[in-house]
This record gives sequence, C-alpha cells and structure tokens, in this order.
Amino acid sequence: MTSAKATPQASAGAGAQTAPLLELDGIGKSFGNIRALTDIGLKVGAGEVTCILGDNGAGKSTLIKIIAGLYRPTAGRYLVDGGEVDFSSPRHALDRGIATVYQDLAIVPLMPVWRNFFLGSELRRGVGPFRMLDAARMRRIADEELKKMGIDLPDIDAPVGNLSGGQRQVVAIARAVYFGARVLILDEPTAALGVKQSGVVLKYINAARDAGLGVIFITHNPHHAFLVGDHFVIIKLGRMELDRPRAELTLDDLTHHMAGGAELDALQHELKRGGAPEVAPLHDAGDEGPDVRRL
Amino acid sequence: MSRTLEPTAPGSGSEKTLRVAQRSALRKFMTRPEVGSLVGAVIVFSVFFTIADPFRTGAALATILYASSTIGIMAVAVALLMIGGEFDLSAGVAVIASGLTASMFAWYFSVNVWVGAAAALVVSLTIGFLNGWLLVRTKLPSFLVTLAMFLMLQGLNIAITKLVTGQVSTTNISDMDGFESARAVFASSFSVMGVDVRITVVWWMVFVGLATWVLMRTRVGNWIYAVGGNQESARAVGVPVAKVKIGLFMTVGFFAWFSGMHLLFMFNTVQSGEGVGNELLYIMAAVVGGCLLTGGYGTVVGAAIGAFIYGMTRQGIVYAGWDNNWVFFFVGAMLLLAVVVNGWVRTQANKR
Repeated sequence: MTSAKATPQASAGAGAQTAPLLELDGIGKSFGNIRALTDIGLKVGAGEVTCILGDNGAGKSTLIKIIAGLYRPTAGRYLVDGGEVDFSSPRHALDRGIATVYQDLAIVPLMPVWRNFFLGSELRRGVGPFRMLDAARMRRIADEELKKMGIDLPDIDAPVGNLSGGQRQVVAIARAVYFGARVLILDEPTAALGVKQSGVVLKYINAARDAGLGVIFITHNPHHAFLVGDHFVIIKLGRMELDRPRAELTLDDLTHHMAGGAELDALQHELKRGGAPEVAPLHDAGDEGPDVRRL
Repeated sequence: MSRTLEPTAPGSGSEKTLRVAQRSALRKFMTRPEVGSLVGAVIVFSVFFTIADPFRTGAALATILYASSTIGIMAVAVALLMIGGEFDLSAGVAVIASGLTASMFAWYFSVNVWVGAAAALVVSLTIGFLNGWLLVRTKLPSFLVTLAMFLMLQGLNIAITKLVTGQVSTTNISDMDGFESARAVFASSFSVMGVDVRITVVWWMVFVGLATWVLMRTRVGNWIYAVGGNQESARAVGVPVAKVKIGLFMTVGFFAWFSGMHLLFMFNTVQSGEGVGNELLYIMAAVVGGCLLTGGYGTVVGAAIGAFIYGMTRQGIVYAGWDNNWVFFFVGAMLLLAVVVNGWVRTQANKR
C-alpha cells in the first residue's frame, strides 16, 4: 500500500517496491477558462481499493473520464505500470487493463444480457470472412459469471433493460472483471441501490481486491467507502482536499471531511458557545447547506 | 484474457425459482420484432386472396414478389441503418444517381457498361461515405444530413443528365458492350414451373439472408444493435461507433447501386427525376417490419415482410380491379396499423 502525507500531490510511495498499476501525477483538466481539475495525484496498486469522495460537481466525473481515456488531461502525467500513457480512446485504456463501470453502466437496454456482457469483446469462432459469434459459449459464460455473483437470471436472452438496478450494476462489474481488468473504476456503483444490493456490490469490490485488482471506487457515501477502502481521497472544487491511507483515518474523520471539513471547523469556532457541537450527524454531503445553518 | 472470481455473493438460492415463471414458447415468439408485420402480411394476403381471382395464380405471386423485391432490396440496407439508429432520406434519389452514373459514364466514354457500373459503384459508395462522414463529423441528426444530400442529389441528377445528354433521361444503352451480361445479372428472369420469376427476387432473398446472418451472428451485427441502442455505451465499451455508422451508410450506398443497376438494365434508360419518395417506402417497409425509429431494435426479415406487404397491396389492388390511387392509402393505413400493433405486442409480451 502506498503511504502518503496529508498534503495533496505528495502521495510518494515510500514503501512501494514496484511501480503502481496506475498513477496520476499533477493531473489537471480545463474546459476553456473553467478549471475542472487541478493538480490531482493518485496511485493505485494491485489489491488496493482507492476511494474517491467528493460532492456533486467536485470533478469526480472528469477525473474518471481522464482515467478511462475519454478525456485527455490538459496538465500532468498519467502513468500505467510506471510508463507514461496518452489514451485517445477508452479502447486503449481497456487494452491496458483499465476498465470503467459508469454510472449509466455502459449497457444497451434493448440488447440481451449476454450480448451486453460481451459487447465490444465478442467471442468468435470460424475463420476469415465467416468468423461469427460463438453465441452458445457467450451465453454460458455470461450465465456462469452472473451466477457467481448471486444473480440467476431467468433468461440470459432477456433485454438488460428488464433487469433491476442492482442486477444491471452487477452485470457491468462482472463484465469488467471477466475481461481481465487490472484496474476497476466504479463510478458511484451504490448510488441508486437499496441496502441489500449495495451490500452485494461492496462484497464484490472486496472480492475484486482479493483477486489482486486495483479498484477505484467513486462515491459520495463515506460509510460505503470506509467499509472497503484502503486509501481515501476527497476532491473539492477540482482540488484534492484529503489524501490519506486507512491507517491514518477514522470513519468520523472521513465523514467530517466529506461534510465540509475545514470550513466546518472554522464555522464551529465562530459559533462556539458552551459545549462543542457534534459533527457526527453530518452524514451526507448533500445536507451540507442546511446542516451548517442549523449549527 | 479473462479472469474469474470465486463465488462471493450471498443468496445463491436461486431467485429464479422463487420469483420467475418460465415464459411460454408462444410468449417468446411474440417478443420477436417481426410478429406485427407477419400478422399484417397474413391479413393482407387473405383479403386479396378472397376478393381478387387473379391474385391466386402463381404468375401473380411472381409479380408480387418482383414488386416487393424492388423495394425490399433497399429495405434490407435501410433496416440495417435504422437498427443502427439513423435514417437515410437520400436513398431514393441515390438509386437514380447510381443508374444515371453508370449509363452516362458508359455512353459518354463509349466503354463497356460494366465499366460504367463500376464507376457508379464508386459514386454510390462515396455518397454513402459522405452521408456517414458528415453525420459523424457534424454530429447533426441524420434527418438533416441526408435531407441535404437528398436535395443536392436530386438537383445534380437532373442538371448533370441535361448537361451530358441534353435531355432529362439517359440515352438507351441496350446496344452497348456488356449490356447482355449485365442484364443477366441485374434484370433477367427465369422460369420456375412455367412461371417467370425475376432475378431480383432471388437477390432479395440472398441479401435478406446475408444481412440477417451478419446482424445476428457476427460481431458487426452486435455493434449495429449497440450503436443504435445506446451510442454512448457502445463507445464506452470500445465499439468503433463512427466506423459502424459510416459502414452502414455505405451499405445503403451499395444497395442503392444494386437497385440502380436493376433499373438501368431493366429499362435501358433512366429518368433523372425519378426516385423521389421511394426513400420513405424503404423506411415504411423497415418500420412495418418492427424496426424502431429510435434505433437498436428490429430485424431484416421484418423489413422483408414489410416490403412484401407493400408488394401485395400494390399488386393486389390492381388484381382486384380497384383504382390504383388507393395503393398509397392502404400502404399508409398498413403502416399505422403495423406500428400500433408492434408497440402493443411488445409491451404485452415483455410483461412477466
């Protein structure tokens, strides 16, 4: 695991012997005069879950798109296995083992489950111009992989649009893992899920880490993050506000930072009277505004 | 390369056995996109079979199949394009543009008509490529891009024909080198049990079979559905969206060439002002056959059935002795009915 100081960009890996799977160094991205991201540093090693937390509009999505190869950064270096890369399409990132499971899951609702599972990486048999899809094998593999995740579909030929939100999420994750992802980027996988289905997804994140994958878990739920994370990064207004390994952090710290962190401390100081107010109830970043006023 | 994980998730006690009853075979069949058009085809066939005596002969069937194939061959490509999420309004005049090019090229340079046909193929594929390329580059809706192409081609067809031949139609090329062999390929007919069948019917079947195989059994087919169903998702998993779209427009170009060659070698001359409106018939055939206007859904077989319904209606009205002007009324009514039935069947069949 990479050790890191509390300052941003200084995630220098003191204990890392080999190059991390994926490393961002001083990454920035501007859209015209809008700076979406500034000076982002990140390291993801094998068997490690890095959680990226941030409020809406913090720049998480832009960061994912850079890592996934959809955007090119306008500043900084992007390294895979220690070598600098310049992805011009998600295909290139995929070829290097960097797979992204988007919030919209990158599935085609009208297509059958097995076709979605293998979309873009279809299995084929035959030779030359008569190469065709190996439908039977794809159906079987898709079914097996989904069963391993506890999803037993009545009909692997059913359109994905007919599945529940959690099932779709699992289809997307199982697909990424099956296709040899070494780094798995999960964009708010638990955002739209119920408690039980979130649990399934979190367990699968754990399993992916145990299998030696590097996982980047994007979320705005510090509780979910703390359950599985090894390293935590909080992004605020396009900058890194916190960058710490699990050992140097408690859930309360994380929740505190997510809920406004330093600003809240200042506010707390200003409003100080009698006993120190509790910060623990500030669970959700979305409630930041009203909570601050109530304090 | 692939990796599998050990089972991790709970609840391996099958949710399937608890909550889902097996769908019946009929239900499964009913979810097919072409069901609506199949029902429509049976109805139309029954109606004309009952009221029109001449409709019941083998010769009538051959004529119907020929009428269907002229629309059906283009409908194959248009259906593929619609499944890929795009329209081509220029398809109708592109057919004429191809026929004109072949005819005038061969006549003007006094070369074998096959050379003219090759030139027309290049032009047709280029038109298709331009449609696709403009669409991908400008990100405009295909409606606009191909509408512009439609208007430009219509103007070019007449203007260039007038420049080259001094008339609005091409010169008769039936006495030129290679005409007979070209006619054998594109516009001949052969006898089956005493009934003359046009070769376009055979080509139509071949193209439908080939396109269905590509769509259902090849990687490209998978990509066509994906690009039409959700373009962003397809791009995110590595499908070359731009190439697929351009390829689809070029496929329409190829079939426009084929249809243009049929026209040319069937009638020896091509009228430069024709073809307008046919693009909507191709789209009609595809939609009747279950293709969604929004893309990502449909089959080529459905489009073939749609074209067959058109052929039956067109010829059936003639055989029934009705005024020919009723054809479009019935085709329109058929379209409306088929779309409504298709939508209804789809929602019913998807209910679990």
